[in-house]
Amino acid sequence: MEKRVTFKGIWLPLLLVLPQLVVTAVFFFYPAGQAIWQSLFIPDPFGLSMKFVGLGNFEYLLSNSYYRASFVTTAVFSTLVTLVSMGVALYLAVLADRLIKGSGIYRTLLIWPYAVAPAVAGVLWLFMFNTRVGVVTWYLGLLGYDWNHVLNGNEAMGLVVVASAWGRISYNFLFFLAGLQAIPRSVIEAAAIDGARFWTRFRTIVWPLLSPTTFFLLVVNIVYAFFETFGVIHTITGGGPQQATTILVYKVYSDGFVGQDLGSSAAQSVILLFIVGLLTVVQFRFIERRVHY
Amino acid sequence: MIKKILLATSATLVAAPVAAQTEIEFWHAFTGRLGELVAEQVETFNASQSDYKVTATHKGNYSETLNAGIAAFRAGEQPDILMVFEIGTATMMAAKGAVKPVYEVMADAGAEFDSDAYIGSVKGYYTTNDGQMLSLPFNASTPVLWVNRDALSDAGIDPDVDLTTWEQVGDVLDQLKEAGHTCPLTTAWQSWVHLENLSAYHNVPFATQANGFAGLDTELTLNGPVQVAHIQAMGDWAKDGKFVYAGRRNEGGANFRSGECALFTESSAGYAGIKDEAEFEFEVRPLPYWSNVDGAPQNTIIGGASLWVMEGQTDEEYKGVAEFLNFLSSPEVQAKWHQDTGYLPITQAAADLTREQGFYEENPGTDVAVEQMTANEPTENSKGIRLGSFDQIRGVIDEELEAVWAGDKDAQAALDSAVTRGNELLRRFEQANR
Repeated sequence: MEKRVTFKGIWLPLLLVLPQLVVTAVFFFYPAGQAIWQSLFIPDPFGLSMKFVGLGNFEYLLSNSYYRASFVTTAVFSTLVTLVSMGVALYLAVLADRLIKGSGIYRTLLIWPYAVAPAVAGVLWLFMFNTRVGVVTWYLGLLGYDWNHVLNGNEAMGLVVVASAWGRISYNFLFFLAGLQAIPRSVIEAAAIDGARFWTRFRTIVWPLLSPTTFFLLVVNIVYAFFETFGVIHTITGGGPQQATTILVYKVYSDGFVGQDLGSSAAQSVILLFIVGLLTVVQFRFIERRVHY
Repeated sequence: MIKKILLATSATLVAAPVAAQTEIEFWHAFTGRLGELVAEQVETFNASQSDYKVTATHKGNYSETLNAGIAAFRAGEQPDILMVFEIGTATMMAAKGAVKPVYEVMADAGAEFDSDAYIGSVKGYYTTNDGQMLSLPFNASTPVLWVNRDALSDAGIDPDVDLTTWEQVGDVLDQLKEAGHTCPLTTAWQSWVHLENLSAYHNVPFATQANGFAGLDTELTLNGPVQVAHIQAMGDWAKDGKFVYAGRRNEGGANFRSGECALFTESSAGYAGIKDEAEFEFEVRPLPYWSNVDGAPQNTIIGGASLWVMEGQTDEEYKGVAEFLNFLSSPEVQAKWHQDTGYLPITQAAADLTREQGFYEENPGTDVAVEQMTANEPTENSKGIRLGSFDQIRGVIDEELEAVWAGDKDAQAALDSAVTRGNELLRRFEQANR
């Protein structure tokens, strides 16, 4: 029989969830509402005047081919960051899970990059791949490859993906390792006794049982690639060359804080809000169905 | 609470003798050596009188300082003086009700102020068409050609070779390339040097409406034949490895200072850094021009920042601001600033004083920028450029130029596209500030 605590009346439950409601209202609904409101105007930077333009800001944005191209850039960037950071993390976690000796040290070392702030990580990678003095660039030169992310858009994209994924691998690794260790040994051992090799065991037992972790990380990593990679892009490429690494969030920044075009910036935030909402719905409706808890 | 009262009481007691001291807030964008020099100027001013106390605060880079000023104004907490980079000029000008023009500050304070004392091509960027000074030029520089003389000698080129025109520079680049040099030419601030200054120097418009000075309904004209020919030449050099692109800002500086690049177009204010780091013989030459263009060389325009006075302060504070701005413009302070930093002197008196002190003789080449700026009386095309959203327009230009350097577009297509995209931003700005 199910045990359920029920409250009589409305006031006590309301009081209990009130702190959460207040936090959500102050830190989410209010700013989001402000963004929606401002997206309908073209204000001057100093707030001296505001001109109502209705959906004019959205029309202006969506008719701009460079803004539309930024959607594709963002999709490519976040897919790559998510795949690279989760793929590498899973590989390392599977290896670490099989370690018997020294796993503590191994784990600790792998977690370190997580402590590095994105902007700092960006600068570190930039130094290694600097077109004139970078160590990696120099070695690539010896191999006959002329690395120049300042002019080559694909190389620039590769570099910001690696720099963004790098710090994230630690975080994903932790979750994957915990997920792996939560899988009962007895199940895996039973399969091994039945003659299943490592790859079969991984595919039929470990991967399905790991799916809640994978799903969680997928959501978190996409959000990360969308919103928290600003520092990396700002320090390494500044959105260039041409617009090869201008993701949507970077454009919000450059229009709002470089261009002082607050109307366009607000409209872009609203579009982002909408995209993230959509992504979350898709993830929970379609992908979560395949997850076994 | 008691502690607060005690503090306040003791503060009153201590401050009693100088109770009349008015505090002036000054937000700037300088760090490192420049930050120290600003702090020194402020200290000297504070020590020189007892009525006002200037507090200088660093607020990040140019863009961040401007944003801090804007945010502060919106919150009613604006400083008295805000440093704004030259391309933010139109934004500040359009903000009537947020800024108080310098000529007005001076007049209201009854301070002595002669705008003719300032060098025309420096103040021109910050004055209205009828000659009223809106903001005080603070740090102004202009692009010049930096030459690594050792690199030329090593390639078997006479280091005194004539580099007056781009045609001559082209020949030298050929020779450097033949000698196996990997970086014959690099640049900093490509839009500023190779389009904005190129236009002024060849006396062709960068934008309509007198480069934006005459109205917000300005449109870019940077896709004219002179600009296209120059960018195409640069693009061809890039393709042949004679021009090496290092980045949108002054990334190329590191390549030149390390001795890797032979020629380098960069601000005259690069002087301190190059003198400090270069382990080779270097020289400053005037910016080259195309000899086949009539009217070249006109004069180059400035980059840097000016000081804007914000609206909404007390009369007493404005008096202090006027006094501080006059202090900054005084020949001694200016001459020292010019010699320490490589920035241009803002008044003729400071330039004369520097000459009298024998600075130019001891540091050959430091006067190249001054002469290049003041060689001719500025025209409509060479007074400066005043565009809304200019920072973003530069971003667009950077992107399009990168397409040329990478060989994705030819000069005409890239500059046409820069004009179309830039005009969209200009219309947006016009809409917001009508």
